[in-house]
Amino acid sequence: MRKYYALFRLRFIHSLQYRAAAAAGVVTQFAWGFMEILAFLAFYKANPSNFPMEFSHVVAYIWIQQTFLAVFMVWFYENEIFEAISSGAIAYTLVRPIDLYNRWFAQSVANRVAKALLRSVPILLVAFLVPPPLRLSLPNSGTQLLLFIISFVLGLGVVIAYTMIVYVTTFYTLSPVGVRIIAAMLADFLAGAIIPLPFFPMGVRNAAELLPFAAMQNMPLRIYSGNIAGVEAIKGIGLQIFWLLVLVTLGRLILRRALGKVVVQGG
Amino acid sequence: MIHVQSLTKTFRVAQRQAGLGQAVKALFSREYTTIQALTEVSFSIEEGEMVGYIGPNGAGKSTTIKIMCGILTPDSGTCTIQGRVPWRERKEHVGTIGVVFGQRSQLWWDVPVIESFNLLRDIYSVEKRSYQRNLEELVELLDLGELLKTPTRSLSLGQRMRCELAASLLHEPRILFLDEPTIGLDAVSKIAVRQFMRRLNRERGTTVILTTHDMQDIEALAERIILIGRGRILLDGSLSELKRRSSALKTMTIEYRGDAPALIPGMSVIDSREGFLVLELDPTKCSASHAITRLSEQVELVDVSISGVSAEEMVAKLYQEYRI
Repeated sequence: MRKYYALFRLRFIHSLQYRAAAAAGVVTQFAWGFMEILAFLAFYKANPSNFPMEFSHVVAYIWIQQTFLAVFMVWFYENEIFEAISSGAIAYTLVRPIDLYNRWFAQSVANRVAKALLRSVPILLVAFLVPPPLRLSLPNSGTQLLLFIISFVLGLGVVIAYTMIVYVTTFYTLSPVGVRIIAAMLADFLAGAIIPLPFFPMGVRNAAELLPFAAMQNMPLRIYSGNIAGVEAIKGIGLQIFWLLVLVTLGRLILRRALGKVVVQGG
Repeated sequence: MIHVQSLTKTFRVAQRQAGLGQAVKALFSREYTTIQALTEVSFSIEEGEMVGYIGPNGAGKSTTIKIMCGILTPDSGTCTIQGRVPWRERKEHVGTIGVVFGQRSQLWWDVPVIESFNLLRDIYSVEKRSYQRNLEELVELLDLGELLKTPTRSLSLGQRMRCELAASLLHEPRILFLDEPTIGLDAVSKIAVRQFMRRLNRERGTTVILTTHDMQDIEALAERIILIGRGRILLDGSLSELKRRSSALKTMTIEYRGDAPALIPGMSVIDSREGFLVLELDPTKCSASHAITRLSEQVELVDVSISGVSAEEMVAKLYQEYRI
C-alpha cells in the first residue's frame, strides 16, 4: 500500500503546481455554471409543471458538478499514460515491482483529486454566496450528506475504471485520439454531464439510468441535490458498487491480455 | 544465474508504400510483414560476470534485454533468471534486477532527483536504513552531491545518466541490465560511468549485462562478449579470444638509431623511414619479446610500441565476416 501512497503523493504535489491552469478553470467553470443555471431558470419560468426536477435540485446539481469537474469528467484523461504506451516509455513502468493497474489507478485518483481541490474552494464560495434562486444550499440532512460522500467516492472510482479501459486500448490502436474522444463524448452525455438524466425522454432515461455511466456523476449529484433520497439513494449506491466491480475486473482482464502480447515501441 | 534457451520472437509490422492512394488503401487492407527479431537465442551467464552484448542496429539486442526484464513475452523458448521466468513472474523478478535504458529516463522530469529516488525506495519497499547507506555510497561513487536537489529537466545528459545509474541501483539488485548506457555522453562522463561499473562489479559482485555500440565500453568493461546479428547468436567468448581469432597479427612501431635492422621470419615491413619502422608481426612465428631482443641486438632502440587490433576494428571485421 505504501508504494501506491507514495505515487499518489508525488503526483498530488505535482498537480498542485499548476496554479494558473486552476485559476483559468475556476473562471470557466464559474461562468459555465452560472449561464447553465440561468438557461434552466428561463425554461423553468416558462412552464414549471413540465420541469422534471425541482429547480433547487438543478441548481445544486450544476454547482456541485462545476465544483468537482476534474473528478467526474471522463475527458480529464492522463496524457502521461497515453504517451507512455505509444512512445514506449512504459518499459520503465514495467520493470518496477508494482501492479500496473493499481499504479495507474492511484495516479489518476491523485491527479483528479488534486485538480478538483484547487478549483473547488473558490467555486463553492461563490455558489454559496450568490442571491437565492441561484444559491447552492447544503443537503437536507446529515444522512443525505453522508450518502453523497459515499456516492462521490464510488463515482470517482467508476470514472477512473472506465478511463483505464480507454488507456488499455492504446496498446492496440497506438493513436488513441479517436477512441478517446468517442469514449469521452458517449460517457459524458450518458452520465448527465451535459443535461441531467431526468431531462432525457422517459424511455431513454430509464435505460440510461442502468448503464455504468449513470454510476458516474449522475448519482452523487442527484443525491446531493435531494433529487434521489432514502432507499432510492441506497439502491443507486448499490448500482455504483456493481459497475465499479465490473469495470475494474474488465479493465484488469484486458490489461493482462494486452501485456501478454505487448509491443514496447522504439529501440 | 541466467539461462536462456532457444528464445524466438517475431514482430508483425504494418507496412505501406508512400503516397495518399496507398494510405487510403491501408485503411481497408493492411499488409503485414513478419520480422524475425530473435531466432533460437541461447546463452548462460554466471553470477558476477560482466557481459557485453553487441551487434549492429536492429540485431535483436534490445529485444533480448526486454525479454530478460520481463517486458516482452517470447514466441517460444525458455529463460530463467534466478530461478524465475521473467514474463510470468514479472513483479517478483523485477524486484531483483536493475535496468537502465540509455535512451529513456526513469526520473520524474519536473521534480528534484531525490524525490524520484524516494519514490523508487517506496516502490521497491527498500528498508530505510539500507536505503540511506546505499544512497550515501552511490552519491559518493557517482559524485551526485548537488545534483540530488536539482529537477531532472535541468540536468545535463552526463549528470542525468549518473543519476539514472544510481536510480537503478537503490534496491541493490543482483543483476544490472544496461541498454546503451553511454549513448551521447562526452569522454569524461563515459569514463566516470565505466569506472563506476567496474567498481560495482568488483565490490558488490553485481552481474552486469551491457549492450552498446561503443567498443571502448566493451574494451573497458566486458570480459565476455556475445555477438548477435539478425536475431542469431554468432559468437560468444572472451574479448581477447575473439581478438586472437579475428586477427592474430600485431603492429610494431620502432624508432631506432643506426642502420636499418635485418628482418627475421614473421616480420614484414609496412612503413619505413630513416630511423623509423612500422612492422607487422605474426606472433605464431615470432613473439613480440623475441622480435625486440633480435632488433635491439642490431640497433639502439629509442622507442617501441606494439598494438593488437582494437575492438572497434575487430567488430567491424566481424560484422563484415558475418554480413550483418
